[in-house]
Amino acid sequence: MTLTEHARYSWGGDEFLVVEIAPDMSLEANFVANSIAVGLEDRALPGIIDICPANASLLVRFNPDELAHDELERTVRELETEVKKAAVQELDTRIIEVPVWYNDPYTSETEQRFREGYHQRPEGSDLDYSAEVNGLANAEEFIRRHHETPWLVSMVGFVAGLPFLFQLTPRERQLEVPKYLSPRTDTPPLTVGIGGCFTAHYSVRGAGGYQMLGIAPAPIFDPGQTLADFSDFMVLFRTGDIVKYRPVDEAEYRKIQAEVEQGTYRYKQAPVRFSLAEALADPDSYNRSLLEALNG
Amino acid sequence: MADLLRALEVLNPGLATTVQDQGRFGYYRFGIPQGGVMDQYAAALGNRLVGNTAAEAVLECTYLGPQLRASADTVIAVTGAPVEVRVNGTAVAQNARFSLAAGDELSFGVIQGGTKFFIAVAGGIDVPEVLGSRSTYPIGKLGGFEGRAVQAGDVLPVGEPQASTLPQLDSVPAELLPSYDRELVVRIMVGLYDHKLTDEGLRNLTEAEWTLTPVADRMGLRFDGPGAAWRQEEQPFGAGQDPSNITDAGYPVGSIQIPGGTQPIVLHCDAVSGGGYAQAATVISADMDLFARMAPGPKCALCR
Repeated sequence: MTLTEHARYSWGGDEFLVVEIAPDMSLEANFVANSIAVGLEDRALPGIIDICPANASLLVRFNPDELAHDELERTVRELETEVKKAAVQELDTRIIEVPVWYNDPYTSETEQRFREGYHQRPEGSDLDYSAEVNGLANAEEFIRRHHETPWLVSMVGFVAGLPFLFQLTPRERQLEVPKYLSPRTDTPPLTVGIGGCFTAHYSVRGAGGYQMLGIAPAPIFDPGQTLADFSDFMVLFRTGDIVKYRPVDEAEYRKIQAEVEQGTYRYKQAPVRFSLAEALADPDSYNRSLLEALNG
Repeated sequence: MADLLRALEVLNPGLATTVQDQGRFGYYRFGIPQGGVMDQYAAALGNRLVGNTAAEAVLECTYLGPQLRASADTVIAVTGAPVEVRVNGTAVAQNARFSLAAGDELSFGVIQGGTKFFIAVAGGIDVPEVLGSRSTYPIGKLGGFEGRAVQAGDVLPVGEPQASTLPQLDSVPAELLPSYDRELVVRIMVGLYDHKLTDEGLRNLTEAEWTLTPVADRMGLRFDGPGAAWRQEEQPFGAGQDPSNITDAGYPVGSIQIPGGTQPIVLHCDAVSGGGYAQAATVISADMDLFARMAPGPKCALCR
């Protein structure tokens, strides 16, 4: 572990505890945040309202009339110690394949409306700019690098069901791009974007500051719960889910949209046990084993 | 209208009228905000006047109220921002219970302070609960009346009035009414990422006077003042280049972010649940209602 010995504990008014595992993003910090969240859920303390694991931190909302702040802090500190000294660090999760139409006309049209005053490079496209700042030859190269390795859902939030995803590859190979200078007021629903080292998957139409890469044909937030993948809950992603993007062309994008329309679309997915040690020790072969689980 | 015994028909929706209750809790981890009335105290007074529990859904009105027609005899109360309340064009008292007969029309004048007033009806606005709440979440098209602000032609169902064991209260005693002063003091707790502010920035945040700008709604309220600068330090991996950026994290409701070190933004009940701006302080829960009672312009101290 490269983490400091203790996380930083701070209070958001009288109802929120924030635990910053580390100021910088890493798989280890995310794993600790998620594991504390799972442990706290299991303890079922009365007075806990919400447990929100984030990228490298954890937010807990509680009712101070039912749960004393020092009791909450003591419990979370115990869990932090347990999680960090656990010999086997694993999460039971799943890998989901998400089709994306990269370089699509919908996000291209939107990004052209937000160039001057919003973007670092008003003359080009988001994909060209993202390729350039990563020292890659062109947009195609950036797209390949984006979908060739899996991503981990490191946080869900911002708006309903929106996942932040962290690329499962060593830091030196991770894609990293600046966010827009000033956020757009419009982003097409189901846009896949990238900002900092995170991919985000815009669940609903609205504001956004990430560079836009493409668009997905199937929903990730389904308040009507019309598709089978949403029969348990209206939000698809959970923190800890693993995502493999699969590039599709316009024909397949339309075909999947038609299946969504008919209510028959299912995401391809498989259960996996994610091992932090294996993922860190040999990322390339570990990623291959994750993809084998997905493709059977 | 046997199947719609109790309802309010929307003749004119007003500026932004939504169905809200005390809020939706337990789904913040999925990015679904708590929502709910922006002034819990004022809405609870309205529910109390009409014999409801505090949990019944009310209509939250912003600046310009709606014009409504009752489909049946109904008991109503209007609380919150001071506003002229009219029944068939004749003024009736605010913060007091009154009756509407079937066919009566309810309308409003211009508010005299604050931004939000509330219409409570005996039995509550009876839209279906979604994830345990009737509150409207417009971005997610979820809850409330079809997941959106009301529109002309909507027919809002009203629930069965309940028998209350509490003594009947005809009007709110003056000393219990909220204040709509032009100067409000909001109590905050410094913390979260305050160590990233410069010393002067932290002093400005907690000691300077801030003015509410017109950029204010249920998601957040932006304030103008002397600025509160962030320390120029090397940024951690994943956080983004600006000193006001952090590795994206959860946002407490009421937390204060200062993008670029210029204008503090207080996040309110419909705010995004997380993101990449550092927060330097959080408003205490007891003072969150005050933001519905502020109109743009007055001085506001954020007091530790």
